[in-house]
Amino acid sequence: MNTPLSWIRAYVPDLTCGDKEYMDAMTLSGTKVEGFTRLDKNLENIVVGKIEKIERHPDADKLIICQVNIGIQTIQIVTGAPNLKEGDYVPTVLDGGRVAGGHDGGPLPENGIKIKAGKLRGIESNGMMCSIEELGSSRDFYPEAPENGVYVFQKEVTPGEDAVAALGLHDTVVEYEVTSNRVDCYSVLGIAREAAATFRKPFHAPKVVAEGNGEDVNNYVSVEVQDTKLCTRYCARVCKNIKIAPSPEWMQRRLAACGIRPINNLVDITNYVMMEYGQPMHAYDLNMVAGHKIIVRRAQDGDEFCTLDGQVRMLDADMLMICDAEKEIGLAGIMGGENSKITDEVQTVLFEAATFNGANIRRSSKRVGLRTDASGIFEKGLDARNAEAAINRACQLIEELGCGEVVSGLVDVKAPFAPLREIAFEPERINKFLGTEIAREEMLAIFDRLELFYNADTGMITAPSFRQDVECFADIAEEVARFYGYDKIPTTLPSGEAMTGKLPFKLRIEEKARDIAEYCGFSQGMCYSFESPKVFDKLLLPMDSPLRQTVTISNPLGEDFSVMRTISLNGILTSLATNYNRRNKNVRLYELGNIYIPKSVPVVDYPDERMQFTLGMYGDGDFFTMKGVVEEFLEHIGMKHKATYDPDAGKPFLHPGRQALIQYDDTVIGYLGEIHPEVADNYDIDTKVYVAVLDMPEILPFASFDRKYEGIAKYPAVSRDISMVVPKSVLVGDIEKIICQRGGKILEDYQLFDIYEGEQIKEGFKSVAYSITFRAKDRTLEESDVSGAMKKILNGLEGLGIELRA
Amino acid sequence: MKEKLEKIKAEAIRQISTSDALDKLNDVRVNFLGKKGELTAVLKSMKEVAPEDRPKVGQLVNEAREEIERVLEEARAGMEKKLREAKMKAEVIDVTLPAQKNNVGHRHPNTIALEEVERIFIGMGYEVVEGPEIEKDYYNFEALNIPADHPAKDEQDTFYVNADILLRTQTSGVQVHEMEKGRLPIRMIAPGRVFRADEVDATHSPSFHQIEGLVIDKNITFADLKGTLAEFAKELFGEDTKVKFRPHHFPFTEPSAEMDVSCFKCGGRGCRFCKGEGWIEILGCGMVHPKVLKMCNINPEEYTGFAFGVGLERIALLKYEIDDMRLLYENDIRFLKQF
Repeated sequence: MNTPLSWIRAYVPDLTCGDKEYMDAMTLSGTKVEGFTRLDKNLENIVVGKIEKIERHPDADKLIICQVNIGIQTIQIVTGAPNLKEGDYVPTVLDGGRVAGGHDGGPLPENGIKIKAGKLRGIESNGMMCSIEELGSSRDFYPEAPENGVYVFQKEVTPGEDAVAALGLHDTVVEYEVTSNRVDCYSVLGIAREAAATFRKPFHAPKVVAEGNGEDVNNYVSVEVQDTKLCTRYCARVCKNIKIAPSPEWMQRRLAACGIRPINNLVDITNYVMMEYGQPMHAYDLNMVAGHKIIVRRAQDGDEFCTLDGQVRMLDADMLMICDAEKEIGLAGIMGGENSKITDEVQTVLFEAATFNGANIRRSSKRVGLRTDASGIFEKGLDARNAEAAINRACQLIEELGCGEVVSGLVDVKAPFAPLREIAFEPERINKFLGTEIAREEMLAIFDRLELFYNADTGMITAPSFRQDVECFADIAEEVARFYGYDKIPTTLPSGEAMTGKLPFKLRIEEKARDIAEYCGFSQGMCYSFESPKVFDKLLLPMDSPLRQTVTISNPLGEDFSVMRTISLNGILTSLATNYNRRNKNVRLYELGNIYIPKSVPVVDYPDERMQFTLGMYGDGDFFTMKGVVEEFLEHIGMKHKATYDPDAGKPFLHPGRQALIQYDDTVIGYLGEIHPEVADNYDIDTKVYVAVLDMPEILPFASFDRKYEGIAKYPAVSRDISMVVPKSVLVGDIEKIICQRGGKILEDYQLFDIYEGEQIKEGFKSVAYSITFRAKDRTLEESDVSGAMKKILNGLEGLGIELRA
Repeated sequence: MKEKLEKIKAEAIRQISTSDALDKLNDVRVNFLGKKGELTAVLKSMKEVAPEDRPKVGQLVNEAREEIERVLEEARAGMEKKLREAKMKAEVIDVTLPAQKNNVGHRHPNTIALEEVERIFIGMGYEVVEGPEIEKDYYNFEALNIPADHPAKDEQDTFYVNADILLRTQTSGVQVHEMEKGRLPIRMIAPGRVFRADEVDATHSPSFHQIEGLVIDKNITFADLKGTLAEFAKELFGEDTKVKFRPHHFPFTEPSAEMDVSCFKCGGRGCRFCKGEGWIEILGCGMVHPKVLKMCNINPEEYTGFAFGVGLERIALLKYEIDDMRLLYENDIRFLKQF
């Protein structure tokens, strides 16, 4: 919301502070000022000049030579402006002065443009006559300015007077960020009230008198409100003999400064009152209102209605309509209808100032897809008491501006007002709550400034009707805090019993995951939680894959962000692809992020959010590098058993011969593998990519930070090497399982030290060699211990169709 | 006898002094002190010495032996030292050759900032908790005093799954989950991912992170809120950081405030970084609204509390001077390696 400071000063005449001081103080008392613009920025040494004489330039067809009377003297100025005649009064910048911008109306340079005397095609020119754009404004705000040329004053001015003042540009436009709870501050009066309280100056509300011509408005119009829940008040007044004309300059300037383009006196008055009182108004041509009757009722499902922007809107039974005796003439609180639109031929105007249910307006505005200045204010829920003041103010302006004749009386249909809120005044509790020692009297003085009425007999504070946000003790405390000053409230730390800070186990494990991934050369990426359903095709998931059952966003930013991921790979593959595409070598990334598995489709409850530890890499390293990272991680989170790997992982996005489920104590905790070349193609990665995905919820029950020292072996170990020829189909995992199962208590370790296939080994077989270590904790092993264990292992291996080599 | 010993000793020392290698020294040791060495031979001939002279001669032999051993040891040590020096001289390397690194990976700047924030609050006795990212309308809005039809609920801001389930737009819902557990007092922070329907650009992302804070106890004051967050700002941005609280409005706190910190680039004088303001807006906070407490079955007459919410990306972007939010989700290794 923007307002000129001069308009605020109109109601707080004693406000004398500078712009910056105003901005800071208002912000600290709760009316945040986002910034301000001085309208006279860079306008220096600009006076009113009267063109006494115009001659043609001897050497340039498009230039003229003007003798300009600037009060104390007459100076010569050469210009190319096409719109000037002798006798015109124009803003004239003198030698050494400054203007805000160029005549093309482009962006204003920070320091404006300095004007110096000089020669134009050989003729001396001692200044410049200014267009409205050069003065930093535009024709939107000064509609009387010519489309191309120098601004010519339409009003009476004197040569030599300050032209910037004459244009009303010695002002500052302040931009506020009004919070949604302070609907009263979406108005000049609301902000002026806050300014008065902030600077402890008196607030002068406008005196509204609009008696009218003595006729009775009830002879002109009747109002019936059928839905008093959605329309709590409807005020109507009538003005006749309307003369449409431009509104006076002061009103145009104020509206322009608020960013509202002046149109004509009638439209400007409704906009002016909306700005001033925060009450949107509407004006109907009474002659277009059938039966001179207003009925406020809901629309019917399927009705169509053409709003005054010419668009046909679909209605439903939740939308509130303003109707006449025959038809709908306005979409309540949002926009009037084309069928009752005011034209320049209007003779009699019906003013409407109403209070509608904010939530209903918001819903309707959303459903018809039309949000207007009015609906934006109505949807915050207005003070019904304000409507009458606003409509009377509009009628007063009609009279003052000579825009028409006001018919006496007000048609006022309203539900009973909500009672004013009363809140107990508890000064000790306020101090205890804020941590302050503010005197009771100081609090009362603050209430006084805010028009919060304190009744000493009952001990209650009554909030004025425009302060709908003041509801309870905490609100009263806030009023005290913000006018006492947030900065003056002390800073302390919470008392009470000391508490132990902690990071929960799950997050500690995730921290470990980050550490290990990084030690292993992986950097952390972050990926979106939502992605395109096309991802499932890119990952070659079959149509009936349960992973295609997703939590789906009903209003996504687009299909590419429409489903919550059920698999974490797309993020890491996309990131690897980005790096590959940018020719980054040897990239290793990891991510810790959730997948979202719906418990049912459609979703009716919280989905299962599963943290995934996802690793991906290309460049140096292979499947076993990735496997190593997985095992480092498991080892460091206290998972000491050996993980096992099942090659029948069934992951369509992985290379069929290079994938494995990772199992720990017979639980699947994740998978790893090489990305299927077709999937790599889908991501435009032309090299081998390896990934591992660990499902953290499955890992957590096995993880632990408990450690126990098991001693360092005192007795010597005995090693045996075995070398065998095994069918290719036998996995070393199977061999290791046998070694493990049969090695007995004395088995300490086993290491694969050679694996070979090719020459010297028969077709379909491979040669595998292990070094197996035995050790007892309490004695030196006997030869018989070792040979017994070895025999058991060898028997087991023979069962797999394995032949021992010499 | 004595002369003989002196002669042997002198000969030994002479040979030692002319030895130029360790093996030659060893020869000297064997020749004089070994089993068949000259001194040993003298000892062996003791039986020829009169019994009364034997102790004396024995002593003389031992003295000669010790002396030879001492000189031998000295020579050996000197020689070894020289050898080692020569060896090291030959081992000179070019220390400016490139390092062999382990290529340790890098943490995401968001995580670095988050861990910093967590460290500060854990130190102040806060527990880190988590809540669901896909949330019910009740927790994201209603229980936070944002009733149906509140503008903040506008569909333009919130991603909905259906009328009741949505992607959380703020971590504030975790407050409600935590208060509902009924365990008081509470000191928690809840970091997490949140979602808003903003198109991606340099300063917006439809997915970002917040850190929610909540303290509920008897006698918690607005002054405690100020003190806690001032302490946090100092820890995060440096001891000289000043804070400023401005009144604001959040439906779930009353009174509410926004906190600015003095610009840590210019110290508050005003620079391009803080757009000349000298202050940078960092978080929103306030005293927990009595309505919110009541909805969580906490008696606002007995308990009070404060809450705050910090944008993690905002901190990361500010602290590390990252000028485009999109970089955070691109995962270009050249970006990540800088953290």
